[in-house]
Amino acid sequence: MTALPNLTPAYAEIFLAIAGMALLMLGVFRKKDPVRGVTLLAVLAFAVAAVLALVTNTPQDGISSVTFNGLFVVNAFTGFSKLLVLLGAGMAMMLGLPWARNEGIARYELPVIMLFSVLGMMMMVSANNLMSLYVGLELQSLALYVLAASNRGNLKATEAGVKYFVLGALASGLLLYGSSLIYGFAGTTSFAGLADALTGAQDNVGVIVGVVFVICGFAFKVSAVPFHMWTPDVYEGAPTPVTAFFSVAPKIAALCLFLRVLVGPFEDLMIQWRQVLTVICVASMLWGAVAAIAQNNIKRMMAYSSISHVGYALIGLIAGTQDGARGMIYYMLIYLFMNVGTFAVILSMRVKGRYVESINDLSGISKTNPAIALALTVLMFSMAGIPPLAGFFGKYFVFAAAVNAGLIPLAVIGVLSSVIGAYYYLRLIKIMYFDETAESFDRPDAWTGTVMGVCALAVVVFVLVPEPLLAGADAAAAALFQG
Amino acid sequence: MNGFVENLPLLSVVTFTPLLGVLLLLTIRADDPEIVARNSRWVTLWVTLGTFLSSLLMWANFDPGTADFQFVEQAAWFPRFGISYHMGVDGISMLFVILSTFLMPICILASWDSIKVRVREYMISFLILETMMIGMFCALDMVLFYVFFEGVLIPMFLIIGIWGGARRVYAAFKFFLYTLTGSVLLLVAILAMYFTAGTTDIPTLMTTNFPFQIQFWLWLGLFASFAVKVPMWPVHTWLPDAHVQAPTAGSVILAGVLLKMGAYGFLRFSMPMLPLASEYFTPLVYGLSIIAVIYTSLVALAQEDMKKLIAYSSVAHMGFVTVGIFAATQQAVQGAIYQMLSHGVVSGALFLCVGVVYDRLHTREISRYGGLVNNMPKYAFVFMLMMLASVGLPGTAGFVGEFLILTGVFQVNTWVALFTATGVILGATYMLYLYRRVIYGELTKEDLKGMLDLSGRETVIFAPLCIVVMWMGVYPMSFLSVMDVSVAKLVADYHNALDAHAAATGLVDGVSLALGR
Repeated sequence: MTALPNLTPAYAEIFLAIAGMALLMLGVFRKKDPVRGVTLLAVLAFAVAAVLALVTNTPQDGISSVTFNGLFVVNAFTGFSKLLVLLGAGMAMMLGLPWARNEGIARYELPVIMLFSVLGMMMMVSANNLMSLYVGLELQSLALYVLAASNRGNLKATEAGVKYFVLGALASGLLLYGSSLIYGFAGTTSFAGLADALTGAQDNVGVIVGVVFVICGFAFKVSAVPFHMWTPDVYEGAPTPVTAFFSVAPKIAALCLFLRVLVGPFEDLMIQWRQVLTVICVASMLWGAVAAIAQNNIKRMMAYSSISHVGYALIGLIAGTQDGARGMIYYMLIYLFMNVGTFAVILSMRVKGRYVESINDLSGISKTNPAIALALTVLMFSMAGIPPLAGFFGKYFVFAAAVNAGLIPLAVIGVLSSVIGAYYYLRLIKIMYFDETAESFDRPDAWTGTVMGVCALAVVVFVLVPEPLLAGADAAAAALFQG
Repeated sequence: MNGFVENLPLLSVVTFTPLLGVLLLLTIRADDPEIVARNSRWVTLWVTLGTFLSSLLMWANFDPGTADFQFVEQAAWFPRFGISYHMGVDGISMLFVILSTFLMPICILASWDSIKVRVREYMISFLILETMMIGMFCALDMVLFYVFFEGVLIPMFLIIGIWGGARRVYAAFKFFLYTLTGSVLLLVAILAMYFTAGTTDIPTLMTTNFPFQIQFWLWLGLFASFAVKVPMWPVHTWLPDAHVQAPTAGSVILAGVLLKMGAYGFLRFSMPMLPLASEYFTPLVYGLSIIAVIYTSLVALAQEDMKKLIAYSSVAHMGFVTVGIFAATQQAVQGAIYQMLSHGVVSGALFLCVGVVYDRLHTREISRYGGLVNNMPKYAFVFMLMMLASVGLPGTAGFVGEFLILTGVFQVNTWVALFTATGVILGATYMLYLYRRVIYGELTKEDLKGMLDLSGRETVIFAPLCIVVMWMGVYPMSFLSVMDVSVAKLVADYHNALDAHAAATGLVDGVSLALGR
């Protein structure tokens, strides 16, 4: 009889799994207003999981600790990634609470499904084997397919759900096929084993093809061009709080995993994957910036905006150095606040109790709703990367990593596409401040207002106290490169 | 008293007092928008006056006998990246701080009646703008510099876009995207410098010797940003649009301070850090500047819009400045800085002059005016003084700068001096022509007859400007002595670096010659 594996590193995940099942039952048996109770408890569960992740992901010896026969790993990097995921998911869920009340949607399943997808994200961030990676990825993906189509009475939502599912399944297939190729040529699926087996495997075509397939699968999950087709439709079709969730948690988790896989087991193939990623990264930055200009639905615009942000984050990954990893983590942290804040604004776009999504609905709200206008202005300038707002520093650190790694052309393309991107962010500000007033929005409720305020404030005051956050990102990046 | 001043982080006080003003403005609570507007105006006026006074305190304690940075403050900011909050001024930057703080209360007064909507937001934008401008001139860390340099765009975009003229949206976008495009290349250059030298500390970078190959690209990166800001021909086209559409006070700040940022960048970065590339590219700068001087002067001559005319004259005047900087002699560089200061005051005042009649008639079209001397004698006097200062009449601020630049440039390159000097003649032409059409002649147009002369508030605005313009023209030593030592060091370092490089390459040649290669 084998001994029970060491469960300590996985406490956060185990807790979340149990919490998810408990909440499901609570939702079934609670007669009165199950949505509110389940949502609040799910947020609470995220908070507890965050604390647990913080404790269990900082191993005593300062490096990684592995369990479940090497399938699961925790270190400072996974800890930081999980915190980001939980933070983003928690804030998105808080945004969902007033939305569900306003729309009269009484489905307690949504927070529970979200919780399970977060569990999947935490699993994949901690994956230490191509198989556990796939299991985690699929857990989150399947939950996300359901979420995308959750507004099932709506034609757009069902279309988004189906589209996302079909394309997502294809991407999972690519990933799986790539993994099997890698297994076939390297003889192992464990990250540690792969790192050894692939030393000097630069001319092993089978492995390289496998890695390219895996990259394609990941590129789909982070919605990088040319695997981005689903993004605008899903963003538009999904309920707005779910979109907010989509735009942060799965992206952050997938990018962190992407980073871990590429600089971990596939580190020796850097010259190979760098070429592929450079194309993806440049295409994402440019296409995200250009295509967003033509959008009139603010959620679609945010979809393209997130595509180009993923492009910037990938710059840090392409650098493939500790600097780059730190820059990328940092970028994701700042992106999290900017994005959740913006979605809080989108969720306060209500005219006479009805949610609106057109960019032109923002006309002249600087007069009628100055606080919302100010918050969105700050967030947009930050997204455009204008100092002294946080978004500038996010870009600064990834570009710095690129320059340091000798990738100056990439940095130049990056900064120029950020100028193109600035145009559509400025367009929102122009509509709010320079145009004439259309209809004023309803007063945002306390939850949405708080999330919006916190995010906008974080973006502004970041410049004053960057050090504590940087320290965390620094430790995370260091852990990644210690092995 | 002295001990108190020494212990005070004076530069931070000067820089961030306006931000305190922003917080004050945010606390104004009143239901009546009129009360909010009135309180905002007064609070902002006092805050900007306080900032001006504290900057004067800085001037009083400034030691002109040293080229070192003074009032230095340093605090950890991004210690992991060697980026610190490092502030300090020397003889070159100190007067620009004074210029910014001096123009600010004037701008607030100039907007007193003409800005009627969203007064509080307007004042907040201006106060943030002031912090950014002052911080930029004080920053001694490249990243800090960049933060302020680019941060200026946010308030200026809003000022042009919200309170500007008919085509304000177009002008605001053009201004923002033009300058941003240049600036991001500066950012890449800063990053490259950081990884070559291992620091973003400006005093350290000034003593770093970059190899010529690297200097070449870095210089181009910096040039992309600064040339747009100056603005140099052919990337000046944002300026006429921005100037024409901006509210009067916005134009004053644009012409008075924002244009100086680019030239200041040349003085602070390009020349001391990249001397070899600066020397290499000097002919390019000369060429573009001469085109700017002659071409934009001719364009100014053809303008029908007063603000546009003055905007083009700004491009021409900044052409003088860039020629002066890259001539790299003591007189030329001092002249360039002096020209910037005087242009800051004079063109600011000219925009205010346009603002005065615009407030009354709501048009800037030159042909709508004429004969104003008859019913607006005080205004005619002020306009004349500023016009002559812009032309460079001896005894006014404009003369000293132009004369020094031409003297300095003449020693280096006679042809450049010759071509640049034609700008003086052309300048006189378009300014006198403008003045004749607006002020002289018979007062025949009906709508002009009812126009009143300068009000009390406007007199208060113009009085300090007139005094400063005369002061700078009659006794320039009060300003030149401040920058004397710093400029001498800049010029000496520049030529030392060139000589050292020449000697080094010469030595290599000597060795290869000896070896018979």
